[in-house]
Amino acid sequence: MADSEAKGAPERTMAEALNLALTQEMEQDDSLVVLGEDVGVDGGVFRVTEGLLDKYGESRVMDTPLAEAAIVGVSVGMAAHGLKPVCEAQFSGFSYLAMHQLEAHAARLRWRSRGRFPVPMVVRMPYGGGVRALEHHSESKEAFFAHTPGLKVVIPSGPRNARALLLSAIRDPDPVIFMEPKRLYRAFREPVPDAPETIPIGESQSRRDGDDLTLVAYGAMLRPTLQAAEQLADADGVEAEVIDLLSISPLDDRRFSASARRTGRVVIVHEAQRSFGPGAEIIARLVEQSFWYLEAPVVRVTGYDVQVPYFAREADYLPDLERIVAGAREVLSHA
Amino acid sequence: MPREQIDLRCQVTHLSVLDEDGSFDEALAPEVSDDLLLHMHRSMLLARRFDERMLKLQRQGRIGTFAPVSGQEAAQVGAMAALTEKDWFVPSFREFAASIWRGLPLKQLLLYNAGYNEGGAVPDDAHDLPIAIPVATQIPHAVGLAYAAYYRDTGALAITFFGDGATSEGDFHEAINFAGVFAAPVIFLCQNNQWAISVPREHQTHSRTLAQKALAYSVPGIQADGNDVLAVLAATREAAERARNGDGPTMIECITYRLSVHTTADDPSKYRSDEEVEAWRRRDPIPRLQSHLKAQELLSDEEIDKLEQDIAAEIDDAWEQAQTEMHRLGSAEAMFEHHYAALPAYLRRQRDGLRRDRGQER
Ligand SMILES: Cc1ncc(C[n+]2csc(CCOP(=O)(O)OP(=O)(O)O)c2C)c(N)n1
Ligand SMILES: [Mg+2]
Repeated sequence: MADSEAKGAPERTMAEALNLALTQEMEQDDSLVVLGEDVGVDGGVFRVTEGLLDKYGESRVMDTPLAEAAIVGVSVGMAAHGLKPVCEAQFSGFSYLAMHQLEAHAARLRWRSRGRFPVPMVVRMPYGGGVRALEHHSESKEAFFAHTPGLKVVIPSGPRNARALLLSAIRDPDPVIFMEPKRLYRAFREPVPDAPETIPIGESQSRRDGDDLTLVAYGAMLRPTLQAAEQLADADGVEAEVIDLLSISPLDDRRFSASARRTGRVVIVHEAQRSFGPGAEIIARLVEQSFWYLEAPVVRVTGYDVQVPYFAREADYLPDLERIVAGAREVLSHA
Repeated sequence: MPREQIDLRCQVTHLSVLDEDGSFDEALAPEVSDDLLLHMHRSMLLARRFDERMLKLQRQGRIGTFAPVSGQEAAQVGAMAALTEKDWFVPSFREFAASIWRGLPLKQLLLYNAGYNEGGAVPDDAHDLPIAIPVATQIPHAVGLAYAAYYRDTGALAITFFGDGATSEGDFHEAINFAGVFAAPVIFLCQNNQWAISVPREHQTHSRTLAQKALAYSVPGIQADGNDVLAVLAATREAAERARNGDGPTMIECITYRLSVHTTADDPSKYRSDEEVEAWRRRDPIPRLQSHLKAQELLSDEEIDKLEQDIAAEIDDAWEQAQTEMHRLGSAEAMFEHHYAALPAYLRRQRDGLRRDRGQER
């Protein structure tokens, strides 16, 4: 996915890019079906599934009853029969109503049946804060899913990698939790080529080079993290490598470990709560694999260990440019 | 060994008292004092005007997304008017009219919708649960409250509100079955407003009625014209009597309509026609009650005008108060409050860290 390849490609929002992935894959694979609340006539509350019902009809694009457990459970059954359901939880905050289907079945059916019933399904869910929404519409609980063997968890950070990751998720033979940072749906456009692209699940990407510091981020936190890196370069003369995780599980520890061995200093940024969050696992792997290379304690710039406050105080909860820069300076302050 | 019909001893009736033109069936009408009628009318009108004001405030960016109640005032006020303060009120997210009936200050609702957790505070003496957004998940709580009230012999019952869409969720079925088994004094009040965002009632379930879902658990289910405040009052009183007599739960399906957007983030023109909305506008519960009150000579046009002015002033005042309060409530540290009875040490450290960071910035 070199940037040069995308020159001249249509500029798309993340919502449009996701729609492109679904449309192209539905076109060429009739085992793909889409189901969820309001995904048909309404085209999804964020318009990600817009137009699919008209193109592919009710047998492949299903406006379901309001029942998350059934949406996921029915998808498990479809997948066991060889279909590829891409189902949707309208918001990640409502996916817990399907948690037993995810943990007890989607994650285990291949394992329990000794390989007879793989579950090639995708559960899409908008997640994360920053859109002045109601309670349950701002949270980042990727750790819930990442903690479950059998599930994969991926999170794009922009239109182009969203499209590529979704395609990979659909083609993956195992259940993938596909979390869409809702504040990015229409935040910006970037060139997304018409020709299908994929990104291997379980591989992170380096988005900026640097030898002084390693910044690890994903989802909506990537952009402020990149900005922080620029600010650190301008103001402090520090060059940070910025790693976009893309996959939370499996976690690509090779890239951030290699970077940490070079820089010796690491900051992890996520909007999920801090305790037991992805940052904790990243630090554990660093300690296990690269302990002797670390020159300073690793810093986490994350949400606090509280429920995301209602939106008047949401900005105080979410990591922002200032907090990321402050975290970086803390890591750099150790001699 | 013949194949025999099993008599399930249950059926669904539909109750309607007030016509669209305000004429009514005296035989079916519940006994209701003039004061109660006028109080119900005022609450319904206040809820409608409050809804309209919130929509404006939302469009101006002063408050956030919310779920308007317009069209469902009779279903909510009629039901609450049949109950007492001691009864437990378990709302979902669209119960502004019911909350107004319960006396929740408008200022509180505005704070909530302006994104302040303080708006969710429940007054100490109120038997009300706060707003619950995940569909149907509050329904079991009503069963628990009802059971506890029965266990403690308080004489109170519990009522919970939910939509047509909510009847598809497991929590609804699990709760109503549970209530049936334990004869809990609870009322399941379903506001069938015909839509769950873009999904129409007919697509939500293959069942002919929603009330019949209760019958599967041998819980009585009744349908009422939800835009007819007298029918809802009568049906809820009947359910309350059953609960208080130890005869267990009831489900009431109120046939009503969401006249406005699902939430302010929704565009209904994508999925429903103006004609449909217009047809339901003619069955608007408020003009219907007003024609009845006028026919009964309980209310004149001049009195309605006066009431409108009072209500507008009350809403202005609430918005003033809410704004004053919002300025007072600035602090980010409040996000650490109320997670536990006592703040654990690691959270105290995080809070102090936030305080330090903010202090440096300002
Ligand atoms: C468990 C859950 N799933 C999805 C949503 C998103 N959502 C909010 S309201 C709604 C439709 C609810 O329909 P209904 O029960 O008929 O109530 P109404 O909105 O019509 O009052 C949906 C899907 C949610 N809040 N909770
Ligand atoms: Mg509804």
